[in-house]
Amino acid sequence: MIEINNLTKVYHTSAQDITALENVTLSVNKGEIFGIIGLSGAGKSTLIRCINMLEKPTQGSIIVDGQDISLFNRHELRIARQKIGMIFQHFNLLSSRTVFDNILFPLEIARVPSSEARRKVNELLELVGLTDKATGYPSQLSGGQKQRVGIARALANDPKVLLSDEATSALDPETTRSILSLLKDINRNLNLTIVLITHDMNVIKQVCDRVAVIAESRIVEINDVLSIFSNPQTPTSQSFLNAIMNKDIPEGILQRRNTDTADTISKLIRVSFIGASAGEPLISSMVQKYEVKANILYGNIDHVKDTPFGNLTMELIGQPVLVNEAMDFLFENGLEIEVLQNV
Amino acid sequence: MFELITAFDLNSFFSSHLGENAWIPMKVLLSTWESIYMVFISTFFSYVFGLPLAIILVTTDKGHIMENNPANKILGSIVNAVRSIPFIILLILIIPLTRLIVGTSVGTVASIVPLTLAAIPFVARLVETSLKEIDWGLIEAALSMGANARQIISKVLIPEAVPSIILGVAITAINLVGYSAMAGVVGGGGLGTLAYTYGFQRYRMDILLIAVFILIVLVQGIQLAGDKISNKILDKRR
Repeated sequence: MIEINNLTKVYHTSAQDITALENVTLSVNKGEIFGIIGLSGAGKSTLIRCINMLEKPTQGSIIVDGQDISLFNRHELRIARQKIGMIFQHFNLLSSRTVFDNILFPLEIARVPSSEARRKVNELLELVGLTDKATGYPSQLSGGQKQRVGIARALANDPKVLLSDEATSALDPETTRSILSLLKDINRNLNLTIVLITHDMNVIKQVCDRVAVIAESRIVEINDVLSIFSNPQTPTSQSFLNAIMNKDIPEGILQRRNTDTADTISKLIRVSFIGASAGEPLISSMVQKYEVKANILYGNIDHVKDTPFGNLTMELIGQPVLVNEAMDFLFENGLEIEVLQNV
Repeated sequence: MFELITAFDLNSFFSSHLGENAWIPMKVLLSTWESIYMVFISTFFSYVFGLPLAIILVTTDKGHIMENNPANKILGSIVNAVRSIPFIILLILIIPLTRLIVGTSVGTVASIVPLTLAAIPFVARLVETSLKEIDWGLIEAALSMGANARQIISKVLIPEAVPSIILGVAITAINLVGYSAMAGVVGGGGLGTLAYTYGFQRYRMDILLIAVFILIVLVQGIQLAGDKISNKILDKRR
């Protein structure tokens, strides 16, 4: 649906040239929710604005639905933009218009006949659940309601692609969830391709099919979400994961560890598991099978697109040989093991 | 028309009560009307020309929807140049132009030409400020929907800036009250002429004070009206 090839964007300022994007190549499939994650200043905002040409690329091509829109003239671009909806972090609703008229706005721009446009607005109000707010003004709405208006407005001209620019970053976690589930519904029901940028791995986890990690103007990793979560390839991906996975163990827990005795050792390991193995009682099997004690210190189990995954930090206490055998057992059963501290 | 009606209704009333000073209320009323008329018409025309100028100044700016650096620079310089001419000099400087447009250079109608001309660049800068207050995100949103420049101006920039523009209208009108008094000194009519010819040249301090008092009331009234209308629109949107 979207093909970005060798996209480079350089801002020329009087002092220096700033490269916002460097050789970005990625493709977004029809009907998927594609996430782009990166820290502020990484270039994700520029990247999503290049998809509807709010930012003109310095180099490279952007093909949306088979057409290279970087070659379009102004008129062609305006027509193309009507089919690329966009929602924003700060909603960008017109304070001079009611909720109804805000959703009508893109239809006015596209010169849709009035009666058809009004019917469409009513449909959209129903879709986002704001029919009762139609005559209100944006300032009377909560953040979540404003973003629903933003979404309805973005869908007005039946776009093929929806771009989401940090659409949930200004919202509380509860509202974020409801907006994300609305986006997911729209994605499923309308088979709408969604590209979203965020700095929050939770957003990626909740709705995305695939994700691109962007750091210092470059794409450093593109993969399906489950693979990124289970096996991040780059430090950037790793640090985004750590932020939500609580992989950093609190100080106090480490201090409560057992010390080694004459014939037993204590080994601190982190076990990561994903998919089916998360459902199996591997830890208790291990404890039964080998004479080791497992002292679970810290853990986290989560779901990505209905697949369970997580990690446990634990201490294995026992004779050195048995501890090693126990670890082999876990490894053979598809768990990933990392020795954190070898005492 | 106004002059005739007031003369008919009030003349006998004033002469029976005020004796030889009977002309004063008549003259004050007429002068007040002239001032209001001058200010109203010149405010109107200064927006007819100043508003489009402001829109061009904003939209041709760097990075804006109709970026055009040379046009922006040239227009900006002209606006600044006209603004830097003191009004009293502008008044004299454009006498030929005033004659060309209204046929004379004295009187209320003739004053409207320099008043309007002086206010146009002021209005342009004032409205420019109002338009620049609008969050760029709104323009970006409109662009993302495929809006053209005309649609952005008429559906985003102007409607969003209306409360602020109205406050600017009040400021402009108040400025023009002051300017119109200045025009009055050189024969422009209105309260300025009244204060100068009767109050100053004939040593009638009472008439001078009356003129000042009415000017104060006018300015307060304009500001109050501006605030009211602007707040009413904002309240609706709140």
